Amino acid sequence: MLEDLFKIVKTRFNDGETKNDANTKVDIPDNFMFKCPRCQNVCFQEEFEKTNKVCPACGYHSRISAGERLEMTVDKGSFVEYDANMTSKNPIDFPDYDQKQKELREKTGLKDAIITGEATIRGIKCVVAVMDSRYMMASMGSVVGEKLARAFEKAADKGLPVIVFSASGGARMQEGIVSLMQMAKTSGAVARHSEKGLLYITVLTDPTTGGVTASFASLGDIIIAEPKVLIGFAGRRVIEGTIKQRLPDDFQSAEFMLKNGFVDMIVERKAMRRTLAHLLKLHGCDGGTL
Amino acid sequence: MNKLTAWERLEIIRNKLRPTVRDYIPMIFDEFFEMHGDRLYGDDGAIMGGIASLCGRPVTVIAQVKGRNIDENKASNFAMPHPEGYRKALRLAKQAEKFKRPVICFIDTPGAYCGVEAEQRGQGEAIARNLKEFMMLKTPVVSIVLGEGGSGGALALGVCDELAMLENALYSVISPRGFASILWKDASKEKEACQIMKITAEDLLALGVAEKIIDEPLGGAHNDPKQTAENIHEYLLKVLEQKSKIPIDVLLEERYTKFRKIGDFLEEIDY
Repeated sequence: MLEDLFKIVKTRFNDGETKNDANTKVDIPDNFMFKCPRCQNVCFQEEFEKTNKVCPACGYHSRISAGERLEMTVDKGSFVEYDANMTSKNPIDFPDYDQKQKELREKTGLKDAIITGEATIRGIKCVVAVMDSRYMMASMGSVVGEKLARAFEKAADKGLPVIVFSASGGARMQEGIVSLMQMAKTSGAVARHSEKGLLYITVLTDPTTGGVTASFASLGDIIIAEPKVLIGFAGRRVIEGTIKQRLPDDFQSAEFMLKNGFVDMIVERKAMRRTLAHLLKLHGCDGGTL
Repeated sequence: MNKLTAWERLEIIRNKLRPTVRDYIPMIFDEFFEMHGDRLYGDDGAIMGGIASLCGRPVTVIAQVKGRNIDENKASNFAMPHPEGYRKALRLAKQAEKFKRPVICFIDTPGAYCGVEAEQRGQGEAIARNLKEFMMLKTPVVSIVLGEGGSGGALALGVCDELAMLENALYSVISPRGFASILWKDASKEKEACQIMKITAEDLLALGVAEKIIDEPLGGAHNDPKQTAENIHEYLLKVLEQKSKIPIDVLLEERYTKFRKIGDFLEEIDY
């Protein structure tokens, strides 16, 4: 009887995992199913992969790695990475920050939360930066700030357009005030690139929030968002705590931002490469001065 | 200079009697005309701005306003600006550029307001635009943190040629409370957060974020607001004279470099 009681407890709290019951034990591999965090719909991972990781039920464009993003966006074999070996130090001596980064580097194969470089999109040369939410929720610290600033400076020197795929939880708390200053640094780099009459396109992906929304991600000449992604400044829970009310589900979505006038267009993943290529072409981008 | 901890300084700047920008303005400037509105949506009480005279020299003043009592705080939303506040700041800064007046920003905010309407009106965009536009503003900009400098909401008035801190002022990526809440899921660990965040004026000088510490009287500015105002006044005269002599293109280059060099990273070089 006592055993039965435990069974109930386990079943109830192991939601989403396999039941730990000898009779029903099945080997289900990880990532076999995808459960959409927006509409809670469940589908086979295989089906989900086929749609470029877009929820087949509601169209939520889920998070993908920087590698996957580059693969589906730029011309095959055209990507040349900038500053591939840059890693963050520990500016405020935050406890365990070095250790945490070491573990994440091993787990993700990334050095930090952003990859920058040069590539072509349908033959048009541009500077591309892609953030990767697997690395500390792509928060912006010294490395993200420095790599972006350098990417914009190189683009300005070479006369190239810049495309940034943003995704971020905001400033990296573990780097304290130094992370806050990256907002000014990246915005300054955007300003100097812009002064040269060069094009900057931002693509807001899930999630674009906090200090990244409040700096380079909001400064594109053209701002594109993927459908259903989260875009906002303050965290939802913080706002709910302030106003003591539950917020509607579409609050801070790409659609909410479009309606309020902060996004130019919402573009589906399957049309992104084509859209970017056309926009680059319309701005006379033909490969820069070099 | 007495070496207080960040926590002790936090208690000083939270003192109800700590002078606010409303106390300082009449003591620092001979004249001040407040200007209202962002010309787009409304007038935000959390940020005040206007034209002032500093020993006869016209300047533009932009400031976050802490209230001295509950009514003032209601009117100024506890110094937490909405997007229209940042847009008013930018409008006045652009006006200063046109008429070749230096801009003086007084920072004193727990952070930009977190609310539904702030999001709807683009809090992120408003802050981002200020960072970009202040970086290119063709007139000297000096910012002074009077008390709390919280997050992007403070930085939106903090892109400047020189950043000064009152001796007990703090400037941080997020309030110590928010820091504890995000990293340890426990907002009550505020004191522990203060210990590790490196947010005092001295810390910021060491990190290359601030350039100058303005002395406060023993025990804090509230013990002698007049003396504190005199110290600020003296600093402003000196720094504006110095910055006004620099050709504008050099000044802008130096402003960008000031922020450009902040960061702590390592590069492995492949041979």
